[in-house]
Amino acid sequence: MTTTTPVMAPVPPDERRLTRSERRAVAAKNKLSSPAASIIALVIAVLWTVPTLGLLITSFRPELDIRRSGWWSFFTDPQFTLDNYNEVLYGGGTNFAALFVNSLVITLPAVVIPISLALLAAYAFAWIKFPGRNILFVAVFALQVVPIQVTLIPLLSLYVDTGLAGSFWTIWLSHSIFALPLAIFLLHNFMKEIPASLVEAARMDGAGHVKIFFQVLLPLLTPAIAAFSVFQFLWVWNDLLVALTFAGGAPDVVPLTVRVAELAGTRGSDWFLLAAGAFVSMVLPLIVFLSLQRYFVRGLLAGSVKG
Amino acid sequence: MQWFLDASTTGHKFALMVFAILLFAAVMGLILFAVDRPKRVPNWVVAAGFVGPTLLLLGVGLVYPAVETVRGSFYNRDGSEFVGLDNYATVFSEDNFQRVLLNTFLWVVLVPLLTTGLGLVYAYLVDRTRFEKLAKALVFLPLAISMVGASVIWKFVYEYRPDQPGVRQIGLLNQLLVLIGVEPQQFLLNWPSNTFYLIVVMIWIQAGFAMTVLSAAIKAIPDDVVEAARLDGVGGVQMFRYVTVPSIRPALVVVLTTVAITTLKVFDVVRTMTGGQFGTSVVANEFYTQAFRQFNFGLGAALAVLLFVLVIPIIAYNVRQLRLAEEIR
Repeated sequence: MTTTTPVMAPVPPDERRLTRSERRAVAAKNKLSSPAASIIALVIAVLWTVPTLGLLITSFRPELDIRRSGWWSFFTDPQFTLDNYNEVLYGGGTNFAALFVNSLVITLPAVVIPISLALLAAYAFAWIKFPGRNILFVAVFALQVVPIQVTLIPLLSLYVDTGLAGSFWTIWLSHSIFALPLAIFLLHNFMKEIPASLVEAARMDGAGHVKIFFQVLLPLLTPAIAAFSVFQFLWVWNDLLVALTFAGGAPDVVPLTVRVAELAGTRGSDWFLLAAGAFVSMVLPLIVFLSLQRYFVRGLLAGSVKG
Repeated sequence: MQWFLDASTTGHKFALMVFAILLFAAVMGLILFAVDRPKRVPNWVVAAGFVGPTLLLLGVGLVYPAVETVRGSFYNRDGSEFVGLDNYATVFSEDNFQRVLLNTFLWVVLVPLLTTGLGLVYAYLVDRTRFEKLAKALVFLPLAISMVGASVIWKFVYEYRPDQPGVRQIGLLNQLLVLIGVEPQQFLLNWPSNTFYLIVVMIWIQAGFAMTVLSAAIKAIPDDVVEAARLDGVGGVQMFRYVTVPSIRPALVVVLTTVAITTLKVFDVVRTMTGGQFGTSVVANEFYTQAFRQFNFGLGAALAVLLFVLVIPIIAYNVRQLRLAEEIR
């Protein structure tokens, strides 16, 4: 009898949890076992994969083959080459290797600077009492609705007047500014979730705001910072409008996206260049996304559902 | 001075990048050091150290330019002469701009509805199945790559080769047409169908966003609600229609409005696939063309302001819905 009691006790809740999740799993199984449902899901999955796969295969086929036959011929007559990548990366007309450097040089400061600024601002809005705090916060929040198009013409003339036009500075500054309202809003939400008692306790110990910010809050915010960093990284790396407007005419500054878009217009039938070029521009975001997917999804959800 | 502006070698570019980050860190460090030093410093001084740089940037880079653009929209192409509402009149009366407005309308109506619909159905179908993770990653992937990259991918799907003996199609869609015995098409040349082919690309990009947000919402539906419905004999399509959809209504509104705003500002897809030619232009693309290709700053500014004005009702609706949702809670 003494052995049955400890065994019996945990069984009922365990069993209940099991059946519940099991029931949902069974329901899900029923859902997909209806043929129409599985066909719809499969068709969507295929439609979302095949176009990318087609271009990826094309990027590894010899130039002549690409002109003569569709990428699906690869399965019957596999011809593999890295020439396209070689040409697009180091060829005189394209030189994507240098553009890759430009994209990288643009992106890192455009992620680090706005996040640092937003963290400081969000801290002030959340934990420092000062006159006009609420009005200022609402104003910053409302700035999210301003489309960046509205700012581009005056910003460009501002950059020309100050002599910054055509340098990396214009893009760093622009991306930092455009990211601030959303970043402050998101990080403020995360900061508010930290228990006030923690901040109070630090203040009792005689810590000033700067110390509290760096020693108490920053370590707790790491997941939020990671989430927004991934989000901002993909945003800046993939941006076309800002780069085209401020660096379109500066070959030492233009990022990959601008040149890929240009190639699609001027050499739209040179698919050996376009396919390889497109994948050179996509490889880093894909790696970042696949390895940090968790953070990206979290950032996305925080950004939309919290509203 | 020139060293800080023009960098042409790789080493120089990276050095400049490190310098920019260090400069930023040094400036912020100095400001924080200054406001932290004296004991019993008033709160607003500390706050100014924390938010001052941000407010300065937002003022110079967002508020001032926005005001300037609104002003510029009432001036002629180089800003030398006040023309009142002429730029707006041009946008609403000239034929080619009316087509731009019509295209934009089609985008803003179709993309959010179809994206949300597809994302919802897919999220519901793969929810809690064995392949859920993989199935979701596949649809999500287009969101990680640039819209430029996605446009190149689809331009290749739409690629056209003249319909002559000995010439084989290399675009997937035309190959499929040939297989079923239809003549290959120039998908991007004829208005209005070309706008629909561009819209497909945007849906392809955004569906992953809709799916992710809605999938999280579906998972948050309490088990007992689903259970109770099932005990009442509700299943399949009815469950979707009467239990799932009403339960995630707030998330649906958020997705619809977010996608609508993204779509309104869409530029990359049109720019990369057609450059706005063949009657495919939309407001955001026309803004770029007028402001930075035709150098008609007045007209460009008017289009940017129009974009701004069109965003407002969508956001107002979103905020109203969120309020309602909170009241119910």
